[in-house]
Amino acid sequence: MTGRRRRTARFHELPRVWLRHQAQNALAALGRLLRTPLPTFMTVAVLGVALALPGGLYVITANVEALALGWERNAALSVFMTPEAGETDARLLAQRLRRRAEVAAVHIITPQEALAEFRAYSGFDDVLAGLPENPLPFVLSIAPSPVAEDAATLERFSAELEALPETDLVRHDAHWVRRFEAIVHLVQRLAVVLAAVLALALLLIVGNTIRLEIENRREEIRIMELVGATHAFIRRPFLYAGFWYGLLGGVLACILVIAGLLLLQAPVSRIAALYQTRFPLIGLSLPVLVAMLSGGALLGYLGSWLAVTRHLRAIRPI
Amino acid sequence: MIRFSHVTKRYPARGDALRDVSFALAPGEMAFLTGHSGAGKSTVLKLIGLLERATRGQILVNRRDLGRLASRRIPYHRREVGMIFQDHRLLADRTVYDNVALPLVAAGLGPKEIGRRARAALDQVGLLRYEAARPVALSSGEQQRVGIARAIVGRPPLLLADEPTGNLDPDLSREIMDLFVRFNRVGVTLLIATHDIGLIRALRYRTLGLSEGRLVKDTARA
Repeated sequence: MTGRRRRTARFHELPRVWLRHQAQNALAALGRLLRTPLPTFMTVAVLGVALALPGGLYVITANVEALALGWERNAALSVFMTPEAGETDARLLAQRLRRRAEVAAVHIITPQEALAEFRAYSGFDDVLAGLPENPLPFVLSIAPSPVAEDAATLERFSAELEALPETDLVRHDAHWVRRFEAIVHLVQRLAVVLAAVLALALLLIVGNTIRLEIENRREEIRIMELVGATHAFIRRPFLYAGFWYGLLGGVLACILVIAGLLLLQAPVSRIAALYQTRFPLIGLSLPVLVAMLSGGALLGYLGSWLAVTRHLRAIRPI
Repeated sequence: MIRFSHVTKRYPARGDALRDVSFALAPGEMAFLTGHSGAGKSTVLKLIGLLERATRGQILVNRRDLGRLASRRIPYHRREVGMIFQDHRLLADRTVYDNVALPLVAAGLGPKEIGRRARAALDQVGLLRYEAARPVALSSGEQQRVGIARAIVGRPPLLLADEPTGNLDPDLSREIMDLFVRFNRVGVTLLIATHDIGLIRALRYRTLGLSEGRLVKDTARA
């Protein structure tokens, strides 16, 4: 009767006992890692670098993508008029083009403005000063309307412009932006592949670390089995060790990426200033930060689970 | 408490360790298991503690058929069987208290209950003053008593001891046996594997004799 009463009371206490076990094991596992700071740091450093690589690549591609988006917004058709075409021809053509559905805006760049701009960016002041006359033609900078957003329409419109008698050359800025975007997408895909490979490496690193830990505690595991510890009970500290390795690796990876961004911000700002623009680097957003931390913890836990499941089976109490 | 019915244990590499062994041990009984090295004494204890499974036959412990017990239930079975070993099996990097508390920690008891029970078990074996010491600081006899405290801390109804006095001098052996007799007097069932004929004769408890895996002697039947 007493035994029955005791069993019932313990059944009601199970969730509390379970939670207490989890908390105790989590803290004990962290404490065990901190008692061996150097080996723990080495493992965490390897995991941190492994997680920082895809994290860093993600941030780089996000920044490059933002840059490309800015270029795409500014991408225009540049119509270089023939040297014989004068200001009146340029104005008439601009008026005609403004009536087209494919055109959002037309801006006339005079040869003087073009020369001044070229002088400012090229640094060939002396050479340009020696020219007998301005060799640059009138240029119409056309911002395509949403109607001409697709490549085929823009190509057709571009060909039409090229066929005009006043036109010498049509340059389509969006072409190289699109090529650049394709390269960015390729790099993004490479980052995903790299992340997958490094996730596998992370599983192996944590798995191997936990395997060594199991070997070091083989005798303890045997005795625990002898005194009635369940496999779940024996497994728990190792799983938490894997969890902490992964989480700490994630924290280190975030620190590395943020530190890298801070180091790059100043030179990037200097380059942007040279182009008379501003480019604040995009950092780790909260979802990415959470993904890196939880991904690290999850991979650490999984790596540990794989190692524990495989190696505990081989240990018998006698 | 324990019933062996035609139990055979065969190891692939070394053949039969036990052959058609049958005996029963009543609740609250104490018995010695004797025989030369390799006679099968340890195998009997391993089968009861479910460290091994029988090849043939049936083993009942507390009316539970061990052959039908699922692997996931084994830890719970072991909590009802206290095991004592010749080599103590203590964790060198833990204190005496931690070693004794281990079965209670594994069973998920609360810290207060663990503290109370572990200290009571250490008190029973006369080692409460050494609770903070490491096992290596204790003598062999004291280490064995720590092993006994660990075995009784969960209050199991059955204790198995495998050559518990094997490394001890006669005085210490007698001390350990006195502890077992005390436990038996409060209703604990004991099965002690030993080849210490002097102790067996002095204590006059039931003796099961094994030879080459066969039960060749049972003083209860005499």
